[in-house]
Amino acid sequence: MTSTFLPDKRAGSGTDLPPPPADPARGRARRRAVNWLTAVSFQVPALVLFIVLVLLPILFALYAAFFRWGGFGMPSDYVGTENFTRLFDDPVFLGDLWRCLLLVLLSLAVQLPFALAMAVLLNQRIRGRALYRMLFFAPYVLSEAITGVLFSMIFAPDDGLADQVLDNIGLGWVGGEWFSDPSTVMATLFLVMTWKYFGFHMMLYLAGLQSIPKELTEAALIDGASPWQRFRNVTLPLLAPTLRISVFLSVIGAIQLFDLVWVVTQGGPDHHSETMAVTMFQFGFKRYQVGYASAISVVMFGISLVFALAYQRFVLRRDLQGATTTMRGGGK
Amino acid sequence: MTLTTDKTPQAGRRRFRTLPLHVVLIVVGAVMAVPLLYAVVSGFKSTDQLSGNPVGLPDPWVVSNYTDILGSGSFWRLVGNSTLIAVATTVIVVAVSALAAFSFARFAFRGREVLFTLFTMGLMFPFAVAALPLFLLLRSMGLLDNPLGVILPQAAFGLPMTIIILRGFFREIPGELEEAATLDGCGPLGFFWRVLLPMARPALGTVSVLAVVTSWNNFFLPLLVFTDSTWWTIPIGVQQFQGQYSADTARVFAYLVLAMVPALAFYSVAERQLVGGLTAGATKG
Repeated sequence: MTSTFLPDKRAGSGTDLPPPPADPARGRARRRAVNWLTAVSFQVPALVLFIVLVLLPILFALYAAFFRWGGFGMPSDYVGTENFTRLFDDPVFLGDLWRCLLLVLLSLAVQLPFALAMAVLLNQRIRGRALYRMLFFAPYVLSEAITGVLFSMIFAPDDGLADQVLDNIGLGWVGGEWFSDPSTVMATLFLVMTWKYFGFHMMLYLAGLQSIPKELTEAALIDGASPWQRFRNVTLPLLAPTLRISVFLSVIGAIQLFDLVWVVTQGGPDHHSETMAVTMFQFGFKRYQVGYASAISVVMFGISLVFALAYQRFVLRRDLQGATTTMRGGGK
Repeated sequence: MTLTTDKTPQAGRRRFRTLPLHVVLIVVGAVMAVPLLYAVVSGFKSTDQLSGNPVGLPDPWVVSNYTDILGSGSFWRLVGNSTLIAVATTVIVVAVSALAAFSFARFAFRGREVLFTLFTMGLMFPFAVAALPLFLLLRSMGLLDNPLGVILPQAAFGLPMTIIILRGFFREIPGELEEAATLDGCGPLGFFWRVLLPMARPALGTVSVLAVVTSWNNFFLPLLVFTDSTWWTIPIGVQQFQGQYSADTARVFAYLVLAMVPALAFYSVAERQLVGGLTAGATKG
């Protein structure tokens, strides 16, 4: 098989190879064609998998969203944009959008700053830091489903660990129904998400912090900058590319949140913790309104696409010389 | 573990200054560890004990919750299924991505950037977007209740990240090596197989660890594909077990703990690859 790839370079060793072409331009064109085929043949398995199992399903969802369809046979009952107008009239779906935004805002305001604080703390020479790093990151390797079951028991009303501890230290009034109370369910979910995911962001920041040259903070120190000034004016700007990636991952994570919610509340009580993916699952797999559920998929796709493109255009662009060059394929 | 040994006279002052930081770390550490330890300890109680004495230590320690689960075939079946699916997914995604990444890294060909952008776009799209049509596709292909119905889509969705990481690594291997291999009579495939892959072992380790963990923890796809219990994986099994034994809380805790052990054990041996891979994937993607 190998002998077909680079015939020109092995011309001396093989007798089955054609003699070098007389016209150098034609020879070059032929070599380029052979090289192209070689290069692309290596892509074929990945392309087939990716097109059939990733791209086609997404395109099919785009198509099915314009039909009223139960999921059997091919969609035939074309309804135009009816599914979408219905979607944006549905208080549950509008609630999904609001809850998604809420989780993003909470992450930006609480989870990521907390992760950054822990990263800065553990970037110092402090006793036991390897242990803390390992402990803070550990929940990330657990399945969301397992995490969900664990916390549904810890936050069980009255009998769960949370209520018991609060009772014992005289803070019983803080506790309550947690996941079963519409007014606290999102906050409790966010608490669990922070428990599970802040360590991941912390690890990203730690990697970013370690790539900042020591000389820079030392120079600032010699110039008499206070710790806060060193952080604000040296560390933070240099960490910006990492922060932007972490924000991006956090938003994409909020858009597709499913496992945790499904295991813990299935979107309840009374839709108060439902997410777009949960609503899609309910309609697509429980009620067989596949066209309508596809419309939800399309909106999720649209939000991800618009967000990703806008983010790349306006926020990540500044990093093109830095960490994310490969995104545009800088070439060799 | 960095046990800083302060040997200067400032050591005392330094320790005093860092005291509040230690307090913060201990509190956060406790919040992180207590849910896990609580599950371990609760698994050693009977459910009666657990409702009478939810926070204290077990008295007496009951091991039957753990031993019953370990003695039942159904738990080991979940472990076996999860392992098979994770290993098969990893082999496929790493093999296929390595070929593609090789082509991206070592060839200049028309359409390369377009193709690469296509794959990187895959990083941005939530799996949930494709879940429904993917389910319909798998159903029409007769892959429901078939491990391939989980393995192949997982491999497909793992491609973007794996290709990006491997491509970065392959590009760093000097061109002289390739020239030398060509002079020695290696074709591209020979160079890939005999030179590039052996040199890329650390990178292959990293992407394999990522693929194993992602597959091991996947919940959504097995939930869609496996309608009966033959092929259930651990996350599905945990959810089902909680539904089935919701009254027997202590037993559910024991089940949870046993379900967490493989992932945590894997993390403790592959921490470096996992963290390295995630940070590399995030900064390069």
